[in-house]
Amino acid sequence: MNNWIAFQTLLTREIRRFLRIWPQTLLPPAITMTLYFIIFGNIIGSRIGEMGGFNYMDYIAPGIIMMSVINNAYANVASSFYSAKFQNHIEEILVAPVPNYLILAGYVAGGIARGLCVGLIVTLVSLFFTDISIQHIFVTISIVVLSAVMFALGGFINGIYASSFDEISIIPTFILTPLTYLGGVFFSITLLPDFWQTASLFNPIIYMVNAFRFGMLGISDIAIEVAFSIIIACIVALTLFALHLLNKGTGIRN
Amino acid sequence: MKALSIKNLSKTYKNGHEALINIDLDVAQGDFFALLGPNGAGKSTTIGIVTSLVTKTAGSVNIFGVDLDKHAAQAKSYLGLVPQEFNFNGFEQVKHILVTQAGYYGIRVKDASPRADSLLKQLGLWDKRHTTARTLSGGMKRRLMIARALIHRPKLLILDEPTAGVDIELRRSMWHFLQKINEQGTTIILTTHYLEEAENLCRNIAIIDHGRIIENTDMKSLLNRLDKQTFIFYLKAPLPDNISLAGINYQRIDSTTLEVELNKDENLNAVFTLLSQHNIEVSSMKNKAARLEELFLSLVEKSEATL
Repeated sequence: MNNWIAFQTLLTREIRRFLRIWPQTLLPPAITMTLYFIIFGNIIGSRIGEMGGFNYMDYIAPGIIMMSVINNAYANVASSFYSAKFQNHIEEILVAPVPNYLILAGYVAGGIARGLCVGLIVTLVSLFFTDISIQHIFVTISIVVLSAVMFALGGFINGIYASSFDEISIIPTFILTPLTYLGGVFFSITLLPDFWQTASLFNPIIYMVNAFRFGMLGISDIAIEVAFSIIIACIVALTLFALHLLNKGTGIRN
Repeated sequence: MKALSIKNLSKTYKNGHEALINIDLDVAQGDFFALLGPNGAGKSTTIGIVTSLVTKTAGSVNIFGVDLDKHAAQAKSYLGLVPQEFNFNGFEQVKHILVTQAGYYGIRVKDASPRADSLLKQLGLWDKRHTTARTLSGGMKRRLMIARALIHRPKLLILDEPTAGVDIELRRSMWHFLQKINEQGTTIILTTHYLEEAENLCRNIAIIDHGRIIENTDMKSLLNRLDKQTFIFYLKAPLPDNISLAGINYQRIDSTTLEVELNKDENLNAVFTLLSQHNIEVSSMKNKAARLEELFLSLVEKSEATL
């Protein structure tokens, strides 16, 4: 059994899926993020002035790119895995000699692929509005990939537990979106009162947005080492939990 | 060599329902094996456990001598499954579905592609290879699932009601196809509600009811156990009213149709001799019900009576 081919197959299938439905997967984030740039960056941002030494549009660009990566990595895995359960074609994989870690890796890789694809589109859109360049290429690339991994894992766990399409949208609507908006995409947490600054540190998105902003602009509210450590710790914990659920057969085996 | 060996297999669902109670089942390599039972008897649960779609409560499953718990990947590589429900991604193209499935078994696209082409041709789906699967007819979807199950050339093919809802012409062509692959060495386990199908195709049989195997034998011995058989005789000319066919247990259905019941120790020659003596010509005859159907019903009734 060649596990590499099985992984490639899963990844190819996932990429083919989100490319096939590009009006649902790639186009909406491009439009939404363009609106963010126009409304928050251009119209409102011009009245805000500078933040962290950069004009507001440049300041929010990394956060907006990261937000699109996070949302799409999460949504891709959650919806794809739940759809596979709903239509029963998850059985195609379960009857085959594909180990559980490979099922997880395949779906997560699919989520990363969509997250990065959308991230790239939004970055291209941002170039029409901003004048940003990358300050730390390694930090930028590694943090965007790690963030996509983390949220793809979250989407996978959501997909495992979901028993209806509603349950696919509950987490993004009620947890992911508030965390993202409060995660320093549009502001520096140093502007918050002390209590909320401390509370913000429990929001994992703070670390991703700031580390990514450091990679692109060279500024961050959080120490980069701390950001990387927390993201990696979250990835390890989510991976172990997802594998535990797969090994138990939660949501997929009777 | 046993293609499948199940020992003390039990399954109790979370709601307390005991779907399987300590069942033992062996299927020999090369066999065409029928697994029959009423709805809810435990057939699909058994198949689900063998194919890893259902977790077992206790027991062991060996596929070609390989323990499914200890060496899951190897054991699974021997298996192909045609499930009861359509379970492919309807938005994928037909050939993509086959090549993707092959990929899960570690088969490269360049090897999978000609295999897929060959199966699609054999199963009459070649013209539909670039069609989205959801637009196929019911019969085509069934054939697609057979092709998908065979793409990695499994040694053991499990078919869970593969001909459900399929018209008779297609059903017969599927029988021929399955017989052919069985002759080529693939062991087949079939569940079906068409008992005529099991009787025609399978050499060995197990009947499961209320989670227990109530019969496990070869088809011939099972059919030999029939105590009584009922035949319908279609006569060339109307039977005269005053005639009496002493010595056989019969009933007039209409003027040209007789229903004759024969005990195990009686034979049809005696009936034909008697009819000839009365110058009654028979144009055709048939079994009133499929023999396996009669046996199946009697076994299931007995099993239910003992519960």
